[in-house]
This record gives sequence, structure tokens and C-alpha cells, in this order.
Amino acid sequence: MTPQSFVTVYKEWDIVGARQIAREMAKELGFNVVDQARIATAVSELARNIYLYAKEGQIHYEVVETMNKKGLCVRAVDTGPGIKDISLVMQDGYSTSGGLGAGLPGVKRLMDEFDIQTKVGEGTTITTTKWVRL
Amino acid sequence: MDKVLNKNLEEYKELLKNFINTQDERSLYKVERMSKSFIRNSVLPEEIVNLHIQAMDELYPDIANSFHHSMNFLLEAMISYGLAHQEFQLLREQQIALKSEISIAARMQETLLGTEKPNIDGLDIGVVSVPAHQMNGDYYHFLKGNDGMLGLAIADVIGKGIPAALCMSMIKYSIDSYPEESMRTNVILESLNRVVERNVESNMFITMIYAQYFPDESILRYSFAGHEPAYYFNAMKNTFEEVNTKGLVLGVLPNATYSQKELELEKDDMVIFLTDGVTECRDDGRFIKIQEVLNLIEQYKHLPAQDIVDRVFKYFEKLQDFTLRDDFTMIILKKEV
Ligand SMILES: Nc1ncnc2c1ncn2[C@@H]1O[C@H](COP(=O)(O)OP(=O)(O)O)[C@@H](O)[C@H]1O
Ligand SMILES: [Mg+2]
Repeated sequence: MTPQSFVTVYKEWDIVGARQIAREMAKELGFNVVDQARIATAVSELARNIYLYAKEGQIHYEVVETMNKKGLCVRAVDTGPGIKDISLVMQDGYSTSGGLGAGLPGVKRLMDEFDIQTKVGEGTTITTTKWVRL
Repeated sequence: MDKVLNKNLEEYKELLKNFINTQDERSLYKVERMSKSFIRNSVLPEEIVNLHIQAMDELYPDIANSFHHSMNFLLEAMISYGLAHQEFQLLREQQIALKSEISIAARMQETLLGTEKPNIDGLDIGVVSVPAHQMNGDYYHFLKGNDGMLGLAIADVIGKGIPAALCMSMIKYSIDSYPEESMRTNVILESLNRVVERNVESNMFITMIYAQYFPDESILRYSFAGHEPAYYFNAMKNTFEEVNTKGLVLGVLPNATYSQKELELEKDDMVIFLTDGVTECRDDGRFIKIQEVLNLIEQYKHLPAQDIVDRVFKYFEKLQDFTLRDDFTMIILKKEV
């Protein structure tokens, strides 16, 4: 496995591939089972958003290392419609899926770091990282 | 959280082992205690499943692969529950904060809008006003004029809660600014109508009664703005009559006009003012008929005015299983001598 790779999300089944790579990299990095499942779920949400709202995009994976910690950085990139009101979307309970906890606020909870860049008409890039718990 | 889990792993493992060997209730009781401590420490469901997996792996290292996989599958199925739980937790905290803000607002409303039942010569007054929720959307206010006359304002904001309460404060301070004794009841409503029309969004309406009682003449003068009719109890004939004047609810038209009527009260006569929370209180989907209210009042007519309203309120509170659906206000003026 290379420390950096990506998958293209275009069909619904691409979401499965995106999850799988995330899980495998997480495992290799030494994340425990619970965190592996959390990372896979976060990637699943991001990939599903690409599939649903942007039609096409990529999920990039990168192993990140600093002096004293190691983690997995996931970047979801698309050139879709973008998100108009980020603060609204990041509000708990906004997700159109209805249930509690889902959507982008859920991704933020599942991971340790979360950043979103989006411009209406140009696309969305969401960068999120989780660190291995030592 | 990891520390909590590690400490718990040993304990959980022990309990689980005991339980697998003996299926005893004691272990179940202990795991119930443990489960509560998990919740206190915000341990999420997937972490508990993981704890179980680890405990089983250590207790039965050669457990069937299929079982091990099934547990991982269960862990995966718990992830979204964990998220939902965290969001629920957050929303609950927000709700607690909101509740305390509202109760502060409700206390402020009480202070701002507080009014005392005045002593008026020869008049016995009974009042009950109970909000359905924290903030009361009904409002009443007593004024005592220099010559011993009584001013009474009753209002009901259509649209409840905090906006209604804010609106009430506005009405109260407008009334306070009038040179009350010199003003006719219809002129007061006309003036309030302009205040409401100018200051309140058009989707909020206020129904109102303004009444004045002059003890020297035993005369009640009143004007209504779209409010529920009041009822006049004629003690001599033992009958009830509707008391009302024509007039639009406040806030609809800038130049609405109101009329004034009057009523002379004899000994033991009563005037009963209500808000629609009284007539719209429901008993299993059935609207309560005003006749039912009047029958009760008739039954208690020999009691002091305050006892009458208290008993009527208790009766309807019980009918509605002690959960009011609407603010409930009833005021009775009873002529004493
Ligand atoms: N990649 C994206 N491109 C455009 N819009 C998006 C994207 N991701 C999310 N959105 C918008 O943000 C909203 C919230 O997304 P999310 O939190 O995942 O909840 P849900 O997908 O359940 O509605 C979506 O309904 C959609 O309008
Ligand atoms: Mg989504």
C-alpha cells in the first residue's frame, strides 16, 4: 500500500470501495477496531455525499505523521454544486436523512480534525484526520 | 475514556465469566450498575461491544471464528447509534439551557406584569390565571383610580409563548401611560389598537376587554375587542346574559373603532370574564360548552368570588387530566351590597 492513494466515487458501489481502503489503512496504522469502524463510517458519509450531491469526486487517503503522532487524513474532493450555508449544514439535526447524529456533524464527531472548503458552483473539499490513540 | 475502559475490562471480564458459568442474577445486577456508569462516562455502544469482544477473546482464546466475526459486525452496526447518542446528549444540554432561560423570562414576566387585586368598595373580586406552559399568553391588569373606581384589562394573545408575553408587556406599559380615569373604555381600546397595529407583526392578534367599575353608581362600563363574551349573572332572576360589544381584535386595522356599553349591578350580581382557554379546554376531544361553566358558577354562587373561580378552575383542571392545553383566565366581579 502506498502512503497516498485515492478512489473515484461515481457509482453507489464505489462507496464500498472507499470504506474498504479506509479500513485497511486504519488497521495497518494501528487503529483499534472501534476507530477503524469509525473511520470507515466517516468515509462512507463523505463518499455518499459525493455520490448523492456532486455525482462524481474522489476520496484521497494520506498517512500523516508528526514528531509524536500518527494518523490518517481523508480528503473528499468534488467539483459539484458546493454547499451554500455551511453553518446550517454543520448544525446537529440538519441532515435530511432525518435520524440523529448522521451527516457531516457525525463525520466531525467520528474524526479528530475536520475542515470544509466549499464554493457554490465550484465544489467541495472536506479534509478530516484521525490520530492513532496511543 | 480509555482509562475507564481498561479498568472496566477486568471487571467486565470477571462478571462475564461468572455469568457464563452460573447464569446468576447477581452478575446481571452488577452489569446493570456498570452499564449506568458507562452512560455517566459517555461510553458509546460500539465501545461496549468492543469491550465484550476483548473480554471474550481473553476468556476463550479459541472461540469460533464465526462468533468473532459476528461480534465485529455488531460493533459496526452500533456506530450510528453512538453518533445518535452523542447528538442526543448535546441536544439535551441545549434544552436544559433553553429551559432555564425561559424560566428566567417567565419570572421577569411575572414581575413586569404583576398586578394586585385592589380593594374596591362593595365589590368582591375573584381571579384565576394559569398558564398552560411557562409563559402566560393571557394577561389581566387591575388599576384603581383616585375616586375608588376599578379599571380592568383582560387580553389574550393569539399565538402563545415568548412573543405573546413580550407583546403583553407592551400593552401594559401603554395602559400605564394613559390618564386612566378620564378615558372612556372604547377610547382606551382604540389607542391600544394603534399601538398594536404599529408595533406587532401582522400574524399576531390580541383580543381584549377593557372595563371600568364605578362603585358610587354601581355601574360597569366596558368595551370588547374581538374577545370572548363575558357573562352577567342577574341574582334576582337567577339568569345569565351575554355581555359583549362589537369590535375587531387589536392590530388588524389602524383606525378600528370600538363602542362602550354599561351595566348596573345589584346585590349578588356577578360579571364573569373569561379567555378562550376556558371554553376551549377539552375533555377527550369534546369542547366544553359555556353552559357547563355557568352551571358550575351558579352552583357556587353563594361563595366568595375567589372561591368560585378556584373551584371552577379545579373542576376543569381535573377534566383535562391536570394538563392545561391553553392558558386559563377567569375573573369574577361580584357586587357585595
Ligand atoms: N459534497 C457535497 N456537495 C454539495 N452539497 C453537499 C455535499 N455534501 C453535503 N451537501 C449538502 O449538505 C447537506 C447536508 O449533508 P449531510 O450532513 O451529509 O446530511 P444528508 O446527506 O443526510 O442531508 C446535504 O443535504 C446537501 O445539500
Ligand atoms: Mg450525507
